[in-house]
Amino acid sequence: MDFIDYYKTLGIDKKATTDDIKKAYRKLARKHHPDLNPNDSGAQLSFQLINEANNVLSDPEKREKYDKYGKDWKHADRFEKAKQNQSANQRETRSGQSSGDFSDFFESMFGGASARGRQVKYRGEDFHASLELSLLDAYKTRKQTLTVNSKSIRISIPAGIENGQTIKITGYGGPGLNGGPNGDLYITFTIESNAEFRRLGKDLYTTAELDLYTAILGGELTLNTVDGKVKLQVKPETQNGNQVKLKGKGFPVYKKEGEFGDLYITYTIKLPTALTDKEKELFTELSKL
Amino acid sequence: MNQETLIALEEICNSYNIEIPFIYSLSESGLIKLVIIREDSFVDHMQLPRLEKYINFHYTLGINIEGIETIHHLLLRMETLQEEVNRLKNALHFHEGGM
Repeated sequence: MDFIDYYKTLGIDKKATTDDIKKAYRKLARKHHPDLNPNDSGAQLSFQLINEANNVLSDPEKREKYDKYGKDWKHADRFEKAKQNQSANQRETRSGQSSGDFSDFFESMFGGASARGRQVKYRGEDFHASLELSLLDAYKTRKQTLTVNSKSIRISIPAGIENGQTIKITGYGGPGLNGGPNGDLYITFTIESNAEFRRLGKDLYTTAELDLYTAILGGELTLNTVDGKVKLQVKPETQNGNQVKLKGKGFPVYKKEGEFGDLYITYTIKLPTALTDKEKELFTELSKL
Repeated sequence: MNQETLIALEEICNSYNIEIPFIYSLSESGLIKLVIIREDSFVDHMQLPRLEKYINFHYTLGINIEGIETIHHLLLRMETLQEEVNRLKNALHFHEGGM
């Protein structure tokens, strides 16, 4: 637990007036407020500290205590005694932050969030989590149980979710303050790469190897798709790099049941190796035609 | 609209210790939708998180209604751009052969 210089945090000197503190706080809060910096955990931490500094310095009683004992915060016994004598009636503040948002330093000096005595109802803190899925996991709608802050939540992940997409689970964030509503839980998904299929939006891409004879003469190919094997007719004289499309065999479209993208197959032609004398003879003959 | 999910304006103002004209100003700017039933105004509870955000902007950060309106539009734009960034990242990853 390090000493935190709240004056430095707000960029003001020790002689700052209440008005100076308010101005400095507002200026910094406008820059770092979490609502103005969505998905920025750095801003969240900065705002927490700014908020904490303001909470102390804008309250004359707390400020006096901080000025008196701040640097000697390790003398907790003295602070404890002072804390017991602290008046129960504290000025109501409006910060928009839930309990647990204050540093250990703050807690040691001023007690828990309850000591702030706010009466205003506040919505709980939003939680952010991330979840990794394989490409095949993301192909089907699935139910999954998550543990967030020791609480089990069963969620439904719609098929077709994108890499980097965030979904909101209303009411599963931090508890509200003074009877305010709970915050929300935001889950950001990371879809792992797949060796066989590559995904671009709702379409899938894969490669299929053809032997020389099938490529030249045409034939049948059995191919893996995400939902099973399919038989594919290969046209005669198929070139290396030719692409064919299997309609509706791609990825499901997010929240559009029954809608699928396409599967694109790129052929790679494998030339024969370790030719027998007979084969060499026949190829030579072909080359002279 | 289910009336059980509606919260009277007076109740909100008492709870958050704010003035009624502030909510009317938000409503006039189209930032909050009010429901009027027999001359009484209500806010649907689904709008509370948004309303609380605007209350913080105004009372904590000292931002006026015009500023809140501007921020609202910029945040929407940021959200759209973030989605576009995700889409482009996925496309780039695809073309680099990673996905």
